Parts: sequence; structure tokens; C-alpha cells
Amino acid sequence: MGKRERLSGNEAVAIALRQINPDVFPAFPITPSTEIPQYFASFVANGQVDTEFITVESEHSSMSAAIGASAAGARALTATSSCGMAYMWEELYIAASNRLPLALALVNRALSGPININCDHSDSMGARDAGWIQIYAENNQEAYDNMVQAFRISEHRDVRLPIMICQDGFITSHAVENIELLEDADVKNFVGEYEPENYLLNPECPMAVGPYSITDYYMEAKRNQAEAMKHVEKVVLDVAKEFAALSGRSYGLFEAYRLEDAERAVVIIGSAAGTTKDAIDRLREKGEKVGLLKIRLFRPFPAEAIAEALKNVKAVAIMDRAEGYTNHGGPLGADVMAALFRARSSAYAVNYVYGLGGRDVRVEDMEGVFETLKQILESGDAGETYRYLGVRE
Amino acid sequence: MSYNFKETMSKPERLAPGHRMCAGCGGTIAVRNVLRGLHEGDKAVIGNATGCLEVSTFTYPYTAWEDSYIHNAFENAGATMGGVEGAYKALKRKGKLDETYKFITFGGDGGTYDIGFQSLSGAMERNHDMVYVCYDNGAYMNTGIQRSSATPMYADTTTTPVGSKSNGKPQNRKDLASIIAAHDVPYVGQTTFWKNFKDLHQKAERAIYTPGAAFLNIMAPCPRGWRYNTPDIMEICRLGVETCYWPLFEVVEGKWILNYEPKNKLPIEDFLKPQGRFRHLFKKENEYLIEEFQKEVDRRWEELLFCCSR
Amino acid sequence: MAVSDLRKLGVKAPWQDLTEGMTIAGAGTSKGFKTGEWSSVKPEFVEEKCKQCLLCTPVCPDSCIPVTDGKRGAFDYEHCKGCGICVKACPFGAITMEGVK
Repeated sequence: MGKRERLSGNEAVAIALRQINPDVFPAFPITPSTEIPQYFASFVANGQVDTEFITVESEHSSMSAAIGASAAGARALTATSSCGMAYMWEELYIAASNRLPLALALVNRALSGPININCDHSDSMGARDAGWIQIYAENNQEAYDNMVQAFRISEHRDVRLPIMICQDGFITSHAVENIELLEDADVKNFVGEYEPENYLLNPECPMAVGPYSITDYYMEAKRNQAEAMKHVEKVVLDVAKEFAALSGRSYGLFEAYRLEDAERAVVIIGSAAGTTKDAIDRLREKGEKVGLLKIRLFRPFPAEAIAEALKNVKAVAIMDRAEGYTNHGGPLGADVMAALFRARSSAYAVNYVYGLGGRDVRVEDMEGVFETLKQILESGDAGETYRYLGVRE
Repeated sequence: MSYNFKETMSKPERLAPGHRMCAGCGGTIAVRNVLRGLHEGDKAVIGNATGCLEVSTFTYPYTAWEDSYIHNAFENAGATMGGVEGAYKALKRKGKLDETYKFITFGGDGGTYDIGFQSLSGAMERNHDMVYVCYDNGAYMNTGIQRSSATPMYADTTTTPVGSKSNGKPQNRKDLASIIAAHDVPYVGQTTFWKNFKDLHQKAERAIYTPGAAFLNIMAPCPRGWRYNTPDIMEICRLGVETCYWPLFEVVEGKWILNYEPKNKLPIEDFLKPQGRFRHLFKKENEYLIEEFQKEVDRRWEELLFCCSR
Repeated sequence: MAVSDLRKLGVKAPWQDLTEGMTIAGAGTSKGFKTGEWSSVKPEFVEEKCKQCLLCTPVCPDSCIPVTDGKRGAFDYEHCKGCGICVKACPFGAITMEGVK
């Protein structure tokens, strides 16, 4: 049923988009996501899709046009990275508050300054409060699979929220890996037709979008929006179940790797999870009880399920590929620690900032993190909980 | 496109009352008369940049629009409508929509000349089948009369206040209609409220029914910002035209056409005098400023005559 | 698809009742907001002087002079804000208003 291929993450996502054949794709290039619209432009040029591909003059306009298209009743998406996303910032909030189920293929890259084109998660982490669903990938296969599942989640009638499908800049976006693609017809059937309820181009009934909201309504509007987010976890799992039946590949809210009996664990997002798995395999061979929790769904944050998965862990290192400038760690650290606290966990927890601006993280680095957790357990003292990994001192 | 005034006025209203624009606002006069350019039975999607018009015509849950309407943000009305028009093309191509729609976006001079300029320029260059209408009242009125690049020289605004070292806004206004014409779009028109609105109506109809991107620049006086006697809006507009401060012209497929040439061009003080924002120019020691203003009006008028004579 | 029910969307509405994405399905719902209360001074229509030239109709910022079959009707005082522009637009003195000459 599937086709084996060797593709970069960008090409894999572009192929998923060809198979989805969205209605509108406004695009503006930025490294390292540029290839996605480039590949897509060739699909348009060769008649492989009948999408309206709009080559806008900025990322602000790509998201603005995607919002217009989505409100009009079209299935719409765009792609970007880093400063491109920062430039869309205001629009991210508007897409979510308008409850528009559009998608953003995000190739994570460090935010300026200084300007840098390589991977970290500062772009999407900064947008974590924008009201978007965020799903992250470890490798090309996951980036492709997540893109195929995206509209099923975002367009679900209980959800109707925009969705960000994230992968690591260059590390997965440009590296060519083995991948299994679904048949075009299977993707088309799986994704289905977009059937909005109210939309601008509905000839039966006009619609007004984007009101001025006085104080009497604003807070209720935000509470109403938050309710939709509460439905996301279930929909993500339901869609994953259907996807597994189609593809044979299973997804959850996160992946637990050798976590069952682990005493020490790492919580991480993205491609460095692969590196961590190698470190775990090495340490397991030596009999060490170490494991991994790899976040897939970061927004909404499945706090209860994460705390439950970590309930037997005695020491945990939470890895942030973004600074939070709180003086005590990054955004993932804050969310995981809050989840553990609410579950009355007594585990030691430390928060590492790592991999900024494409800084390499090696298997030995992750072995070192597990070694640190070991020392914490032996000494009974977590020491400084806000740490840097792989920075020259 | 002949103009039957009575028939035009008998068309169904497409901007409902109950919006919260100030009494005497020029913005909604512009909107009502542009929308009359739509043929009966044709559907439309209306776009809107953030500004007075937006916050006053779609104050939840009250929409004054009889057509579908989208407000996104301040600086992106062009791109947003580009997306709506893109959706229309895609849905038509896929056989999901039979009806004909027209796309009209409104922005004030803040959302058009300034913060939304890039988005507008992009939408015009891509030649989306839409009309962008700027209702130009020459300042950021929604936030309380701050200067914009559309504000005329010497106007007293809250960010260019007149003082012992200031005569109001030091710079001339930007000529946006010419800038959009330089995008080589099929249609650009500049107009205002004049006589029986024939000029505005014909330009609106032409803009709406010209395939591709069209731009209308409409001088829409703001009684609060300009500080004239509110009922006098038609006289203010007439003086804008007769002094050649606001010439009526259009650029059709690159050809410049002058729509009205006053037989007796009135001196610019006739336009400035009724407006409180220019009151300081009428102090004895400031007469030279009026001369400067006149020179600028004359220079632009000559330039326009040259463009239209080619 | 259902037109938004404005009766449910008053300022005391609980969050559950607000429309999805704060969109409004339907059109012209602002008619339910009576801006006529903003001003007590209103234009008066002196019908016998009116020649039905309709010059008063395009100048109204508030769509308060309805026209049917080429003839204007009575002012919509529920929404008229009393700006006085129509008074000046009338060439025949068929509209009067206190304070406007």
C-alpha cells in the first residue's frame, strides 16, 4: 500500500500537500522552509494540483491571505520559518480567534538576533500562547504523517482551530531519509472534503468576520475559544487511530521510549529525540534504567497524560531548544514542571537549554544528561535546575 | 455606463443604518455610494482595514453590512482580500461555487497610505480581481487625529500640533493614486462627493467591473479632524475640486484622463479657510504659508495636466 | 447553516452562547442598534417643497433617507444622528433643522 522513497522533510511535506490538494496556498520564501512552496509551485506548474497558489510579498501577507481564504470557505495553508513566523505574529492570534482551521507548515529555525538560519524552537515556542494547535516531528516520516493528519484535526467540528505542523530546520527539512508515502487516493480519502458551516462565499447566507468586541464580550470570547482547545487531545488521538489503520504507523500525544521502568528520563521535542534514543539504547545495554518522553502535541499541552507517563521516574531532564529568559528555564521546562507539580510528583527535575541556532547535540551529550540525573539521584540534590547543554564556558 | 441618478438612488441599500460612525462622517458616504456601483443581484465580499469604519460597522454582534464582510487587521486588507479572491477562484475551478462575487476592500488613509501600503502594493501588483477603496480623510482619525502621509502640509494634527516652533505638518501629502497607477493596474480613479455623485458612481462601477485590480481614492472629509461645520461636507468637497487640491481623474489601462477642469480655478484659501485645522495659516504673519501651499497645489495640478495630455 | 440569533447575543450572554469565532451569520444586524438616540435635533421633511430630486439621499452617512421607485420617504429617525448634511444638500428648502441654515 505505501511507497518507499528517499526524501528530505521539506519534500515529504510538499508531497503531502500535493496529495491533500488544498484550495489556497499563499507563500513567501524563508530559509529553511523555502523548498516547500518551491516544490509546490512545480506541482502547480505541472497541473498536479488545482490549488490557487498566491505568491505574496511577505509572510504577514501569506498568513493574512490564508486567513481571508479560510474565512471565505477554502482549505488554506502556508509555510514559514523563524522571522517569517514572527512577522505573522499578530495574524496567528487572529486566525485562532476567528476559529479558522488553516494549517502552517513550520520549519523551525532560530529567531534573530543575531540572524541565524539553523534550527531551534524559539519561533514556535514564542507562539505557544497564540491559540494554535502545535504538533512536532522527530523525523521526515513524522513530518509527512503529521501533515496528512493536520486538516482532519483542525477542521473537526469540535475543534476548528489552526494547526502548526513543525519540523526541525535543516536537520529534518533538508536531510534525506527513507520514508514511506501513502498512495495519493488514500490521502485524498483520508483527508476528505472541507465543508465549512458559515463562510464568506456562502451564497445562502452572508457572514461577517472579525468584529470589534467591547469588554462585555471579549473575555467570554476568549473562554469560548479555550473550550475548543479542550477537545483537541481526543481528536488528535481519534485521527491517529484512523491514520494507524491506514498506514500502520501509530501516533499518540507523545511517544514514550523505554519509559515503562525508567528511573531517569528525558523530555524532549523534535529531532534530538532520535539522538536521545541512541543514548538510551547504549545506556540500557549497560543496564541503566533510562527512558524518553518525546512530545508530539505541545499545544494544547497534555499535562495529565505526561505526568502519568512520568509517575515512576525519579529524576527528569526537560530539554528546551529555546530560551525563555525567565532565569529558571525554557517553555517546555515550565509546562512539564507544572504538570509534575499538579500531579504531586516528587521527582527531581532539571531544565536544559540546548541546541540553539543549530548547535549540534550528540549522543554523548545526551548520555551526559542521564549521567547528571544519576548524580542528582545519588546526591539527593538537584543543584542548579536551569542549565545549558553544549555551550562553551 | 450611463448614469441614471434616480435609478441608482433607488437601489437597495447595502450599508445598513445603526453603525456607530460619527454624525456627518464622510467615510460612510463613500461606502454607500461605492456599493451602489454593484449591479443588483451580484454578490460581494467586503474587506476592511482596522479603523473607524471597521470598529463602527461591525461592533459585535451588530454588522452594518448587507454583504459578507471580513476585517482582519490594520495593515493587511489588501492581502486578506487577495486570499478571499484566491478562494473564490479555487472554489470556482473545483466546481464548488456557481455564483458571481465581486471583491471590494475599504481602508482609511492610515490603513492604505501607511501601515497597509506594502500589503496594498502586493495585492495591486498581483492584479487580484478586486477593488481597493481608500476613504481618505487625511489623518489617523480612529486613534484621535494623528498625521498620516495623506495629511496635507501645514495641517494641525495631534502629532503635528501647531506651536511656537511649528506650523503643523511640515511635509506634503503622498500622491497615492499616482503610486498605485505606477503599479500598472487596469484602473485607478480619484474622486470625492460632488454634485449628484455621478463621478464617484461611475468610477466605482468601472472599478468593480474592470477585471483585475482597481484602486479608488476618495476624499472623505472628517468633520472632527478637519474642524469644519459638519453640515457643510458637500461644500468642502466642492472647494477641494474647484481649487484643484483634489482633482478628479482616472488612469485607465495606463491612460491618464482628467475628468474635470475648473473654468476658474479657485485660490487654495477657499478650501483651507472653513477648516479649523488650517486656522493658523490665516494669521497675518503666516500668509507666506498659504502661498507655499498654493505653489504645491499648482505644481501637482500642472503635473497632472501633463500626465493627462500625453 | 443558521443565521445568528441576536437575542442570544446581548451583553449579558454567557460564553457558551457566543458565536464560533465571533462571526455573525446574516447581514445588516446593526439596524437593531438605535443610533437615533444620539441626538435630539433632527431634520424635518417639508414634503410640499420636495421636488423628489433625491440629492439628499447619497449624502446621508447613515442610510436614513429611504428611496423607493425614485421617490424618497420619511426620515428613519430611529437611526438618524442629526448631522444636518441633507439640509444643506436640498436645493428647495424641503429639509429644515434647528441650527442649520
